[in-house]
Amino acid sequence: MTTQTARTQPAKAETTNLRRSGTRGRRWWREVFWRYVVAAVMIIICVTPLLYVISASLNPGGSLVGSNRLFRTVSGENFADLEARGFWTWLGNSLVVCTVTAIGTVLMGAAAAYAFSRFRFKGREKGLTGLLLAQMFPQTLAFVAIFLLLLTLKDVFPALGLDSLLGLIFVYLGGALGVNTFLMYGFFNTVPRELDEAAKMDGATHGQIYWTIILRMVTPILAVVGLLSFISSFGDFLIAKVVLQRADNWTVAVGLYSLAADERTAPWGLFAAGAVVAAVPVVLLFMFLQKYIVGGLTAGSVKG
Amino acid sequence: MSQQTIAHDSEHAPPEPPPGDARPVRGDSSPARDFSKGFLAKLVLVGLIDAIGLYGILTAISVEQWAIVGFLVLALVAVNWAYFSRRALAAKYLLPGLVFLLVYVIFTACYTAYVAFTNYGDGHNSTKADAVSAILAQNEQRVEGSQAYPLTILTDSDGDLTFAIVRDGQALAGTQDDPLAPAEGATVESDKVTALPDHEVLGFAAVAQRQQEIVDLRVPVSDDAADGSLRTQDASTGYVFESVMEYDPAADTMTNTQTGVVYRPNDQGQFAAEDGSTISPGWRVNVGFDNFTRAFSDDRLRTAFVEIFLWTFAFALLSVLTTFVLGLFLAVVFNDPRVRARKLLRALMILPYAIPAFISALVWKGMLNTRSGFLNQVLLGGAEIPWLTDPWLAKLSVIGVNLWLGFPYMFIVCTGALQSIPGEVYESARMDGAKPWRIMRSITLPLLMVSVAPLLVASFAFNFNNFALIYMLTGGGPNFVGTPVVVGHTDILISMVYSVAFESGLKQYGFASALSILIFIMVGAISWWGFRRTRRLEEL
Repeated sequence: MTTQTARTQPAKAETTNLRRSGTRGRRWWREVFWRYVVAAVMIIICVTPLLYVISASLNPGGSLVGSNRLFRTVSGENFADLEARGFWTWLGNSLVVCTVTAIGTVLMGAAAAYAFSRFRFKGREKGLTGLLLAQMFPQTLAFVAIFLLLLTLKDVFPALGLDSLLGLIFVYLGGALGVNTFLMYGFFNTVPRELDEAAKMDGATHGQIYWTIILRMVTPILAVVGLLSFISSFGDFLIAKVVLQRADNWTVAVGLYSLAADERTAPWGLFAAGAVVAAVPVVLLFMFLQKYIVGGLTAGSVKG
Repeated sequence: MSQQTIAHDSEHAPPEPPPGDARPVRGDSSPARDFSKGFLAKLVLVGLIDAIGLYGILTAISVEQWAIVGFLVLALVAVNWAYFSRRALAAKYLLPGLVFLLVYVIFTACYTAYVAFTNYGDGHNSTKADAVSAILAQNEQRVEGSQAYPLTILTDSDGDLTFAIVRDGQALAGTQDDPLAPAEGATVESDKVTALPDHEVLGFAAVAQRQQEIVDLRVPVSDDAADGSLRTQDASTGYVFESVMEYDPAADTMTNTQTGVVYRPNDQGQFAAEDGSTISPGWRVNVGFDNFTRAFSDDRLRTAFVEIFLWTFAFALLSVLTTFVLGLFLAVVFNDPRVRARKLLRALMILPYAIPAFISALVWKGMLNTRSGFLNQVLLGGAEIPWLTDPWLAKLSVIGVNLWLGFPYMFIVCTGALQSIPGEVYESARMDGAKPWRIMRSITLPLLMVSVAPLLVASFAFNFNNFALIYMLTGGGPNFVGTPVVVGHTDILISMVYSVAFESGLKQYGFASALSILIFIMVGAISWWGFRRTRRLEEL
């Protein structure tokens, strides 16, 4: 948001002028007021479903019908009942999977970005293009093959096969290179090479340069890539659903789906409670990191 | 001065500690002379990887997965070379990510293409040899007048069920995977085995509990499937069952010994008789482009497929269009500096984007429920509008919910892009007497497009495969009637792939993979065309 205010500075001066010179009275009503009306309508549309789900989560034993009168009753019963449904196991699974994936993605992506940024080797240019091409076939399209691969792997490395969290993490790590590498590659290039050269003269190995100098300099991009990776694997449903089979192993996405799958019998209050618990940390994280995420959006991760 | 020159040179020349220099030169020094902490860590790590890899190679050999053996051998050679060579600097950093990319992106992409040309799926899961033994096993019948053996049921140390009998005075034992073999050290009392080392006799209660399992269990008499198997119906007497099918490896035919019908392998990977009847299971064969043309050639599928195909495009296009128009509108509206608290308004309006999509989609599914949903019950006063169960309304709902989910993204993007349009352009336009709408059309939009167009293409590609939304909200329904796969009016191609692969009773991996490839080709072509157009925009 800071960059934005900097850019709009001339406009701001104009604003004050406008305000002083009378965007008031009738003209204010005509030119500005309706914007607040639009805002109010949009905010109601945006917030109502959220209020609805929060209200439903507080409504004990709530069915779909029972959840319609907002905030009629307030009780923490649903949140207490989440335990029996195994929700906390799902949340734990999601946290483990997403954290490990995020860390792995950052480490492997950064290493690759370092190699592309600092070393000149045969096939470097081709490697960069190849990376882009490899990402052209998204993993979501290959889920049948991923399923079959993991089915076979189960015989050799049971820990990497179907219905294993590690197996799912490995699948996600397959996407560690690619967009992330490009994001980091650009950032790595902005770290002056003189730093490496100086360190090298002092006798530092490439490993020392990478771990103690470069990685420290690029910490912001590492955090952004890590969080984007966390959020995207947290939101993944398709691959998690294909890979994980026993309820104990489900992630939040698969688990919550199972709760709400059949509307007639769905424990709606329970689902809502789970949804609130799962969404709140992500929303907070998002709000906190808004400007990084917004910046990262233009680099490729898309929703909507 | 001279010392510095030497240190500098050591980058290229083999390292030789300059005389008199106490500081060890570490840059390129050989590990043989310098056991640093890092080297030890590397040794342990690579050793660990080697150990795991070796274990993998051995198990892969034992289950005859030769492709995995080959990959692991190559990978281990690459890892050891990269981390112990002094030259492979870049490889050291690239290798970990590349291995994952190779297995989980490149291999799976190629494997999808391969499977698309086979009939892999239920009934065609494995090799021909496996299919032959499965057919022999499935068509077993009790041999008329065959001997009855008093049977003992035991479990071995792994908990696997074991059958033990006495034949010709010799105790024999076997499991599902291990054919009958002489049982060493068995205790036999009155022609019945009563104890076996490392095994436990199953008690009455346990037998009752695992009854179905026991009745289903077949213990092969020998390695040859044609010899039949030992089975039991009452858990106390075993009979030898033999297949009514007979496989002749020389002629490659399957004969039903009761009816005399001869089955020959056809090019669909099945044994077929003259009259066209086939026996299951079959095996995996290459079926050429059958999977690719199937959607068009199968009468029961064609209409549904065409509709899904068109709807996928409509959905992706409308998703981009609606979210973009609303996002841009809001961005323009709130770009006016006279609006106060814009930061707060924006934060509230991007809330839908912050929530994981699967959660929002499920919440909306509840809110749109016909009888008891919030929308019908509260906002529309009890109207029972079938938002998700009427074909057209379901489509409308999908677009609507996607608009709710997606407009904040476009809002953010457009707001950002608006900031980068210089104010002077507007000023001069206004001087020339341009009206707001004209300014919007002739200045804002074209300038905005330069930076936003690539994102619109990406958004199109994303929505083309927006599986979670469809699956969570409508599950693809309302379903078509009479199609061989379970698909419905709001299914898009990717959710059709999922249904074909996992949810339509018969799993058809080959057909599903072919659809994946088709999607890839379409999205790829459109994106390529789109990005080329965008680049032309930039040149303007």
